[in-house]
Amino acid sequence: MQPLKTISIAGENSLIVYFGDTPSDTIASEVAATAAQLRANLGDRLIDLVPSYASLLVIYDPFKTDHHAMRSAIRQALANPTGTDNSQPSSLVTLPVYYSTESGPDLQSLADNASLSIEEVMAIHQQTEYRVYAIGFAPGFAYLGELDPRIAAPRLATPRQKVPRGAVAIADRQTAVYPAQSPGGWNLIGLCPERMFDPSVEPSMQVQVGDRVRFKAIDRQTFLDMGGLL
Amino acid sequence: MTINSGFKVIKPGIFSLIEDAGRFGQHGIGLTTGGPLDSNAFRWANRLCGDQQRAAAIEVTVGGLVLESQVNTTIAVTGATLPLSINSQPRELWQSHPVKIGDRIELGFASSGSRGYLAVAGGFHIAPIFNSVATVPREALGGVHRDGTALQTGDLLPCSESSTQNQAAAQLRVPADQRPDYSTNSALLRVILGYQQQAFSALHKQLFFSSEYAVTKSSDRMGFRLKGAPIKPSLDGILSEGICLGAIQVPADGQPIVLLNDRQTIGGYPKLGSVLTLDMGKLAQLLPGGTLRFEAISIEQAHNLLLLDQQRFANTVLEVIELDE
Repeated sequence: MQPLKTISIAGENSLIVYFGDTPSDTIASEVAATAAQLRANLGDRLIDLVPSYASLLVIYDPFKTDHHAMRSAIRQALANPTGTDNSQPSSLVTLPVYYSTESGPDLQSLADNASLSIEEVMAIHQQTEYRVYAIGFAPGFAYLGELDPRIAAPRLATPRQKVPRGAVAIADRQTAVYPAQSPGGWNLIGLCPERMFDPSVEPSMQVQVGDRVRFKAIDRQTFLDMGGLL
Repeated sequence: MTINSGFKVIKPGIFSLIEDAGRFGQHGIGLTTGGPLDSNAFRWANRLCGDQQRAAAIEVTVGGLVLESQVNTTIAVTGATLPLSINSQPRELWQSHPVKIGDRIELGFASSGSRGYLAVAGGFHIAPIFNSVATVPREALGGVHRDGTALQTGDLLPCSESSTQNQAAAQLRVPADQRPDYSTNSALLRVILGYQQQAFSALHKQLFFSSEYAVTKSSDRMGFRLKGAPIKPSLDGILSEGICLGAIQVPADGQPIVLLNDRQTIGGYPKLGSVLTLDMGKLAQLLPGGTLRFEAISIEQAHNLLLLDQQRFANTVLEVIELDE
């Protein structure tokens, strides 16, 4: 059954579109397609968009349009999500990961709790093609789903003060790469030598909401050769 | 116009940040807006220094900022009641003042309100990052060093010489009836219901709009945590979704949090709606212990109020004070 899409008021210059109440591949594509459509159609009436798991926040300029006109524009985009717009098809990004107990301090305990070997956890983590469901929490932090339930793990009881940049992590049925050093409570299973977010380059992020991500294991030497730091 | 000089920071004060109108269009990579917490005071400071609405100015929290001018230009300070002096001579707020090379500009500590804005003719010339110089410490972005750090002793804030004719001509002043009064440490905030508002029962909504809430010490540029009658939504949490400026989120303890300029861009707490942005400055000026009430308005009223406010600002004529030299 097609989930019912609704448009609600968020604030004086914001409407939020709900695509359903559970994240899925289909919904992630719809959110991304609608965002691309609105970006192409709204011009300077649009201030910003916040795509997330199953919703899209549309922030508009109240001095150039109003919520009636915006509702119509959103309905039009929803009716024709893959229309003749300039939206880019979602891209696939492969991220290298050095999985080890040295680079992933929670890898052993996660494997033990899942009654799996470290090699099995690594293999399962690499099997899935993930979707970027949302970006937030910190600049460039991409929430990737859905993780295979066999290696899902709850957040740590006590979050770490310092999670290093590039940490590949798991929380519940999501996985992510920490874009910068920060506090964090996710389970760390490895390190990615590539930067998820780099404010000094254009574009500063390789992925956007709706894109797909795969992980590929690399060994210690390759990690170091790629500029990774231990 | 040469930009080889500016203001030197002698004392940074408690917490002083470079802010322009904010960073827009970057939510897709998780960047928040930043920008002045009291946008009304910010725009008046800039208006006094020339017709510059989005120029970079300094947001001074609580006070204590001391600058030395290495340029001849014009400044203005608005917002919280921070005692301003130039070379130890007291100067009025909400008014433009000429400064010359070697002048010492000093801001004391606020007697009412908590955020002051110091603008300069032409704005501070700082390289933007993601199209804005707005300082967001949590994101390590913006400001003089582009890395989110607050002003530090020794920083040089580049600005250009303003024309000598302008300086000699006249000082400008915001009419008294346009200056907000922060002295009561209380505010009435207008709210547009939205988001998960249907998850709050009629009773809890009534409680929210009829109760007084206090600002707690756990309030910063991300959000103001309030204390008062708990209101409980029928949902514990939601799928994380986009958060707009002024959104009122309600965690499990029922104590509302109003989200400000440096808010996280997505979050999973149920939300009742959003505070009208015209009232966000009033909120940001409150000190811990300050009291708040909320009033519901429709989206139509909100749009009308925004348009009227824009007209009011555009149609207000600044008063001219002739210099008696």
